[in-house]
Amino acid sequence: MSFLKYLISGISLGSVYALIALGYTMVYGIAKMLNFAHGDVIMIGAFTTYTICSTLGLPPVIGVLAAVILCTFLGMGIERVAYKPLRKAASPLAVLITAIGVSYLLQNIALLIFGANTKAFASVVSFPALELADGSITVSGETIVTILSCIVIMICLMLFIHKTKAGQAMLAVSEDKGAAQLMGINVNGTIALTFAIGSALAAIAGVLLCSAYPSLNPYTGSMPGIKAFVAAVFGGIGSIPGAFIGGILLGIIEIFAKAYISSQVADAIVFAVLIIVLLIKPTGILGRNVQEKV
Amino acid sequence: MKKFNKFVSVALASAMVLSMAGCGSDASQSGSSSDAFKIGGIGPTTGGAAAYGLAVQNAAQLAVDEINAAGGVNGYKFELNFQDDELDAEKSVNAYNTLKDWGAQIILGSVTSGCCIAVTDKTKEDNMFQLTPSGSAVACTQYDNNFRVCFSDPAQGAASAQYIGENGLASKVAIIYDSSDTYSTGIYESFVSGAASQSFEIVSEEAFTADSKTDFSVQLQKAQDAGADLIFLPIYYQEASLILTQANGMGYAPKFFGVDGMDGILTGVDNFDKSLAEGVMLLTPFAADATDDMTVKFVAAYQEKFGEIPNQFAADSYDAIYAIKAAIEKSGVKPSDSVSDICEGLKGAFVEISIDGLTGEGIVWDATGEPNKAPKAVIIENGAYKAM
Repeated sequence: MSFLKYLISGISLGSVYALIALGYTMVYGIAKMLNFAHGDVIMIGAFTTYTICSTLGLPPVIGVLAAVILCTFLGMGIERVAYKPLRKAASPLAVLITAIGVSYLLQNIALLIFGANTKAFASVVSFPALELADGSITVSGETIVTILSCIVIMICLMLFIHKTKAGQAMLAVSEDKGAAQLMGINVNGTIALTFAIGSALAAIAGVLLCSAYPSLNPYTGSMPGIKAFVAAVFGGIGSIPGAFIGGILLGIIEIFAKAYISSQVADAIVFAVLIIVLLIKPTGILGRNVQEKV
Repeated sequence: MKKFNKFVSVALASAMVLSMAGCGSDASQSGSSSDAFKIGGIGPTTGGAAAYGLAVQNAAQLAVDEINAAGGVNGYKFELNFQDDELDAEKSVNAYNTLKDWGAQIILGSVTSGCCIAVTDKTKEDNMFQLTPSGSAVACTQYDNNFRVCFSDPAQGAASAQYIGENGLASKVAIIYDSSDTYSTGIYESFVSGAASQSFEIVSEEAFTADSKTDFSVQLQKAQDAGADLIFLPIYYQEASLILTQANGMGYAPKFFGVDGMDGILTGVDNFDKSLAEGVMLLTPFAADATDDMTVKFVAAYQEKFGEIPNQFAADSYDAIYAIKAAIEKSGVKPSDSVSDICEGLKGAFVEISIDGLTGEGIVWDATGEPNKAPKAVIIENGAYKAM
């Protein structure tokens, strides 16, 4: 019985990682860059919803919509100001360092506006918890909504990429920027669109992360962001179903390590598993070498 | 050039005269003080931690005035001079130097740990007796001339175990602590060793780290499976607020017991649902609404004089002054003795005295400077602390 409880805990933690990882993998798959500020965009999204719902007292739907819109523009803004000018830089490290800088910038701006005090985030999910086995096992409404969101987002992303012109353009850009440009694709526009979608996903992830674990401060996004990055690599970075599977597995491994081995070294075990998986399959679980990057 | 030389020599000469005048006034000051013990207080009376420093200053003054009005100690009066350190270790040392110039013989402070540690090096050099009311870091009593009134950080663990055991709060206890934090780990270790001699049993010991402090479902699940009826949380209130929320979500409602890091659960997390904290207990040296005569009298006197309810820092400080009084009576030191002789006398007397104070009855000290007293706790009821 406790095994099932741990499994459900693992899935709920993993579903949050998966949702964040989808944004990571999307941006990496197309723009070929690690957006380390992704976790902090999540935090900004959560703060937006917090301000609108808890401070101004407006309904959650408006809060979530506002977070999505704000983060979309924030993501495009960051890309335009901090990443685009460096796209032709000699070293791909330049843009990685910039991303780390943006991450700190966002944290400090949030610190300035909202202060260091932790805030208790009021859940936006009003979905009832699911009770199994005569109420001895509960799956919270947040978990159900997070998993459903992951699946819906995953399907939408795949349909978008494979069935629309803009999606095909993204695939082309990820294959070869130069060739795509020669074929008449607006490379800058396509990458900006990628960041817009990635950041909108970050806003949703932020709201659901804080609904499931209601503690919000300017550093809330950084650790889940890193774990989700690990999940994305684990599942095969660039692969959308891979991010989902990687996230869920990472959550389950983390909870099982805490439950059955030791709560003190759980993180070490999680990363040890990651190393082993990458040694056996360097591209991650669903990562393929060249063929399809998204 | 000649004119300049003349100017310099006049200036130097006048400086010498002035400095000699300074010596003279110093001498006359220490001469006139032979009928009073000079206590130098150090703490933050301005800035972010001013609430702590002012509480210590006010309560010390209250105690000094009471003692002087009742005829002093062995016929001598107390004199208190309190200096601001603005929560800055360097300014704390400056404050100590100012007090030394004033002729301080005993130091009360510093109020906060970092400042207190900085001052201990100086008092050790001068062999001046130093008693901190509230410096809880281990190093605040690193030398033999340093004593404290509050429990040290790790000692809160043993004190909590004692409180839980003696008051029969639980038979099975679980612990959730932060293994990446010295404060939390120190309290956890001292709790476990203190629990060995108590009637309850520790059924689950689970950790978390700074990198994984969002999900506590496993730690709570293990506590529940082990049948714990109380969870000891030697952690800060931010994580505690998440643990309370997640336990509530699981439908698990054990008792929760915290230490001073839990102080802030009602005010430190914006928008926190305070009803989740109902029934949470925390170890604290002082509850202003306690009904014993001494607390009632102290709270009334403090409120009349300073217009506010005293906090735990005030209580620590009040006890500190009475402890100094008891040690002076025991050792028979006189204000005319040298600073070092007073220090030796008080050091010897502190391990022999026992005082009934606001923060505990029968408080005794050991030679390392640590107090030993019965711990007190409060419980959160209707969104406020209430004495247990």
